[in-house]
Amino acid sequence: MNFKLKIWRQKNAKEKGGMVSYDVTGISPDSSFFEMLDFLNQQLIISGGDPVAFDHDCREGICGTCSLYINGRPHGPVKGVTTCQLHMRSFRDGDTIHIEPWRARAFPVIRDLIVNRSAFDRIIQAGGYISVNSGGVPDANSIPVPKHDSDAAFDAATCIGCGACVASCSNAAAMLFIGAKVSHLALLPQGRIEASKRVQSMVARMDELGFGSCSNTYACEAECPKGISVINIARMNRQFLHAKLVSEKEKIIRESL
Amino acid sequence: MLFSSITRKVLMALAGLFLVSFLCVHLGINLMLLKDDGGRAFTAAARFMGTNPFIRVAETVLFSGFLIHIIFGILNSGQNRSARKISYVIGNRSETSLLSKYMFHTGIIVLIFLILHFIDFYFIKIGLVAPPPGIESHDFYSRSLVLFSSPLYSGIYIVCFIFLGFHLNHAFQSAFQTLGLNHSRYMGAVKVIGSAYSVLVSAGFSIVPLYICFFK
Repeated sequence: MNFKLKIWRQKNAKEKGGMVSYDVTGISPDSSFFEMLDFLNQQLIISGGDPVAFDHDCREGICGTCSLYINGRPHGPVKGVTTCQLHMRSFRDGDTIHIEPWRARAFPVIRDLIVNRSAFDRIIQAGGYISVNSGGVPDANSIPVPKHDSDAAFDAATCIGCGACVASCSNAAAMLFIGAKVSHLALLPQGRIEASKRVQSMVARMDELGFGSCSNTYACEAECPKGISVINIARMNRQFLHAKLVSEKEKIIRESL
Repeated sequence: MLFSSITRKVLMALAGLFLVSFLCVHLGINLMLLKDDGGRAFTAAARFMGTNPFIRVAETVLFSGFLIHIIFGILNSGQNRSARKISYVIGNRSETSLLSKYMFHTGIIVLIFLILHFIDFYFIKIGLVAPPPGIESHDFYSRSLVLFSSPLYSGIYIVCFIFLGFHLNHAFQSAFQTLGLNHSRYMGAVKVIGSAYSVLVSAGFSIVPLYICFFK
């Protein structure tokens, strides 16, 4: 298969970038998107050019390192997969493929297609700890958890923190990410103790970092490679309101950024 | 920033739901214009709304509702735009509802309509704007007949209500989601009610100018 690639190239965080065209030929339909980019980079290296920088790690769809905004959609045209699980058979021979980095003020471009997603780590840090006793391994099922709650918590916990929700959102909001993180802890007894403090701190940190607010377009849910539902956003809103309105006031320690 | 982003959205949602209930009352009164009684029912209703002490108090709440919804709407949109300073070369192609992405734009159209509507009716009533010759400042019935007999005015009026319908179609279910009320048991019903309501409001408000334009 042959493709025309238009890729965002940017030397570093400070310099201005732009789209650059490349042609790749003889690509196997069964190769993955990254194998295609590896092929391009090999060509660029042989011809003395500068290879395209992009994020990737496990290449099996579980680590959340890969990104890429492909033809107007995070992780490309196939629903429920990360870019590393995208194959060239999902495109037509001769297609022009636009590849851009995630765009959000909170995710600045470091180089080419790589963005700094440490804003997510900061939100996780703001979430704090859960209270679990150290010591021996507790007996299984010593803390009863309703089946529905554990299912919903595990659904939320499948979030790999890739940032596709932010990338697809017209407001660059991180609500689905935080909704998933808040839900997966707050639904389980172990995470319920600090739930009220956690949701307030994470939302405050989200606002500080310059993410947008939610206008319920649900592009995040449509593009999430793990199919995380916007029900998690509603749960976070509910918890946030509950924390603000009826839970006992607790001093929130906000370490400076 | 004033309040957290979620608090602002919640205030917008509550104000919006109040405005939704107000639209029902307004529509009910407007539909009295269809009654062929020389405007007696309509004028009586308008007088009741203008004099009843409970309604006078509710009007203050209504204006606060408008202000909260509009001010936070503009603040949030500004924050949302600044959250992505450099936009994509290829615009977003995610499978989402089209209307939900244009809430700010449809909202601005409704706001412009609201301002014109205030100049046409409310400002005359409170004496800020002089009524046109031959019409008393409290005579909303004659004022409506004169305005709606112009096809241009009626056309603009109807177009504005179509955009309000687009706004409401997403707004109703969006308010529930923002308030954290999303449950598989009733979210489907909320979406259907929101869509039905938006069609009814658009159609209901449009019937009056159409009727006056063509049958009076």
